Amino acid sequence: MPAQETFYEVMRQHGITRRSFVKFCSLTAAGLGLGPGYAGKIAHALETKPRTPVIWLHGLECTCCTESFIRSGNPLAGDVILSMLSLDYDDTLMAAAGHQAEELLQQTVDKYDGQFILACEGNPPLNEDGMYCIQAGRPYVEKLRYMADHCKAIIAWGSCASWGCVQAARPNPTRATPIHKVITDKPVIKVPGCPPIAEVMTGVITYMLAFEQLPPLDRQGRPKMFYGQRLHDKCYRRPHFDAGQFVERFDDEGARKGYCLYKVGCKGPTTYNACSTVEWNGGLSWPVKSGHGCLGCAEDNFWDKGSFYSPVTNFGVMGGAEATADKIGGVLAGAAAVGVAAHAAASVVGRMTRGKSKETSHD
Amino acid sequence: MTSTVTPNGFALDDAGQRVVVDPICRIEGHLRIEVNVDDDNVIRNAVSTGNMWRGLEVILKGRDPRDAWAFTERICGVCTGVHALISCRSVEDALGIDIPRNANSIRNLMMLAQYTQDHLVHFYHLHALDWVDVVSALSADPAATSALQQSISPWPKSSPGYFRDVQNKIKRFVESGQLGPFANAYWGSPAYKLPPEANLMAVTHYLEALDFQKEIVKIHTIFGGRNPHPNWLVGGMPCTLNINDVGSSGGVNMVWLNQVSDIINKSITFIDQVYIPDLTAIASFYKDWGFGGGLSAKNVMSYGEFPAIANNYTNESWMMPNGAILNGDLSTVYDVDPRDPEQIQEFVTHSWYKYEGGDPARGLHPWDGETEPHFELGPNAKGTKTNIEAIDEGGKYSWLKAPRWRGNAMEVGPLARYLVAYARGQEDIVAQVDGLLAALDLPVGALFSTLGRTAARGLECSWTAHKMREVFDDMMANIKAGDIATANMDLWEPATWPGVAQGVGFGEAPRGALGHWINIADTKIANYQCIVPTTWNASPRDPDGNIGAYEAALLGTPMADPAQPLEILRTIHSFDPCLACASHIISPDGQELASVKIR
Repeated sequence: MPAQETFYEVMRQHGITRRSFVKFCSLTAAGLGLGPGYAGKIAHALETKPRTPVIWLHGLECTCCTESFIRSGNPLAGDVILSMLSLDYDDTLMAAAGHQAEELLQQTVDKYDGQFILACEGNPPLNEDGMYCIQAGRPYVEKLRYMADHCKAIIAWGSCASWGCVQAARPNPTRATPIHKVITDKPVIKVPGCPPIAEVMTGVITYMLAFEQLPPLDRQGRPKMFYGQRLHDKCYRRPHFDAGQFVERFDDEGARKGYCLYKVGCKGPTTYNACSTVEWNGGLSWPVKSGHGCLGCAEDNFWDKGSFYSPVTNFGVMGGAEATADKIGGVLAGAAAVGVAAHAAASVVGRMTRGKSKETSHD
Repeated sequence: MTSTVTPNGFALDDAGQRVVVDPICRIEGHLRIEVNVDDDNVIRNAVSTGNMWRGLEVILKGRDPRDAWAFTERICGVCTGVHALISCRSVEDALGIDIPRNANSIRNLMMLAQYTQDHLVHFYHLHALDWVDVVSALSADPAATSALQQSISPWPKSSPGYFRDVQNKIKRFVESGQLGPFANAYWGSPAYKLPPEANLMAVTHYLEALDFQKEIVKIHTIFGGRNPHPNWLVGGMPCTLNINDVGSSGGVNMVWLNQVSDIINKSITFIDQVYIPDLTAIASFYKDWGFGGGLSAKNVMSYGEFPAIANNYTNESWMMPNGAILNGDLSTVYDVDPRDPEQIQEFVTHSWYKYEGGDPARGLHPWDGETEPHFELGPNAKGTKTNIEAIDEGGKYSWLKAPRWRGNAMEVGPLARYLVAYARGQEDIVAQVDGLLAALDLPVGALFSTLGRTAARGLECSWTAHKMREVFDDMMANIKAGDIATANMDLWEPATWPGVAQGVGFGEAPRGALGHWINIADTKIANYQCIVPTTWNASPRDPDGNIGAYEAALLGTPMADPAQPLEILRTIHSFDPCLACASHIISPDGQELASVKIR
């Protein structure tokens, strides 16, 4: 990302005089109920480097991504919002409402055209002319397209924006559609998970601010540093898998000893995320550590891959820590996967196949 | 219409200027409010439109009932875990599964932690800016702010230097000219009544609460693996208790139990030394603003929550009781039974759905419910299908249905729970309520207001924080007695289930009464239905013209300036709206997925 122009520079390029600029600063100060002394301070700030504006939109979703974001311990969410970037629109947190809120979208486009980050939580439904998600009387997808036209890059927060997630599970009645299938002419950084880990969210966005570049992505568009490896390969219970020590059912002796959760449906072997390394809520625990198998919530269409309690069968056991998403994905695409056939159940495979065909038909 | 009186006793008049607020921000999901104000800028008509629909119940059909908690948990990430718990209860009810005592305690701890965090975040981050003027805090005297804080609370972060640091931080932020989430708001409005020092104190705690809330949810992380969206299990909880043996790091051991205990202590301290004193201080400046009561003075309802006895979901067990009050008569509290088809019904006359066959204006119990999305604007709507300028509340106007209890629109949520518990004479609640009213020198009637709703939520937050201590100590005693079971797997295998089963899970989410109704056939979900708190509160009108809690609460409120919807936000926020929860579909029994018509 190139260094940002200051607000003042942008205004001058738009033909606005110095005099008008100073007047704008005075009006801003007056609008806030501040004394005339503040106008000079605001002018100074606008003439120096601004914080990168972020527009955070919400489509069809459950707001778990926002809730996760504010759980970040390092950096604190408050510091991110108040000091590191400028959260110029986020209908979950902003003080304004109605037309005062919507005006801020156009203001951002006018001031920072091509400069702001568009953070998308949730996805647009396309059925019913988009009216399954209405904002300011119009379909959400219109707002998304307009803001995407003017942004620098898009962060697709969570599995809704990245893949479609729960409302896109079959039969996807609203035709909820992930961001990259609606916006095809802007870089889309997928940060999947339902929700993503808080520190991964703040990590991705502060990476972009600190290094002034987009994070390197894998073939599916996810930041490699957080989504490059399987949970299974860095799981602290992995030695029990290798030793054949499994939880046979919940709350049994094996469960109390921390054995591998593979047989009760853990999706760690097919899930690429940072849970087993970064962990959750300040590194305290993560699903497998607390006794439940991974749901695979960072993976595309994880809702339609059979029961959460059916063991996965289509993964490479020999991949090891070197098995990145790209390598394994390539193998799976090209040839039949090496399965842990001993644990395979025919019904699971059948269910998975059915799920896949349905998904395609609604895509 | 122009002028009319609804069957539930509210005068409506749509003659005056129409004001549209869309989006309502600082809520979960997408909500539109329209009002008409008279010549004195007093609200005389109000219209609540749910702006989204996701169709989760349709998606659940044909799934494994043991997976339903994970799907329904994604109904809402703000009240995370709440739907998962109610879903587990519905499946356990259908299949006759009893959960172990420890699982009940752990579920209670997780639900109590959820209430505590959710209420705290609601007060400071979604609601406070309706009462607190951020810009005014810049002119506060830090020494006077310190004196104010120390006069109302022993909270140690109270020195003049501390408040000066926070004030400087806000100053630098404002001087940057990039106001982020505070831009274009209503600062300086005459509707704000706090002195600068109280504003600075509240803004300081806005920041402190943002940091602290993430600690409370670590109780979810320990027992459920993460937050938001921790893991649950039909039959109990997925975490194990291993206090003595090898491999205890694979279970909840003494290290994690100590951490839970510590979080509980810190939560109690924060709520009682920061939230409650702030709430009382802010309320004391708004005592004259008694608007927003609406339905609360008439009809309120609670299903009951926090079972003290495992598997007992009756008033014998509920720590927060079940009950309904009608017409403001606190002397009679009715029992609420979510199984009874005569008690709970949903109507779609003014909702963007239609009923097939029969009377389209009839009400249906969730076990017999049916729905087909049917988006159409009323004949008097302004604008077009995809550019709505004004809603026509005479036609269909919301993605929410209209649920009714024995035909009555009901308010649900913290105030409803507190009124039911107060009317039932539950001592701990009565003491809390009477204590706050005495401190503010207000009569019981003052509870029926926007501020009453906000106060009840604060009192409840303290109640849930303290209740965590009680539940935790009880669980420790049970573990000490040798019981470490956390899950009952006897009926885990689908082969053990009956061919057909039907169940209901119900309880109270932070925002109010929540029910999940499930039908199971051949080990799969045949039908799954939810009626959630915001559907009750934000409900559109029913066929008889009864208005719901949001619409009722806005009536009679004077606006300082109709162009600035501060008073509307204040009252709507007092309900803590959650629209992702509220927008649902109920599919007919046995209906095929394909029959949901998609255009």
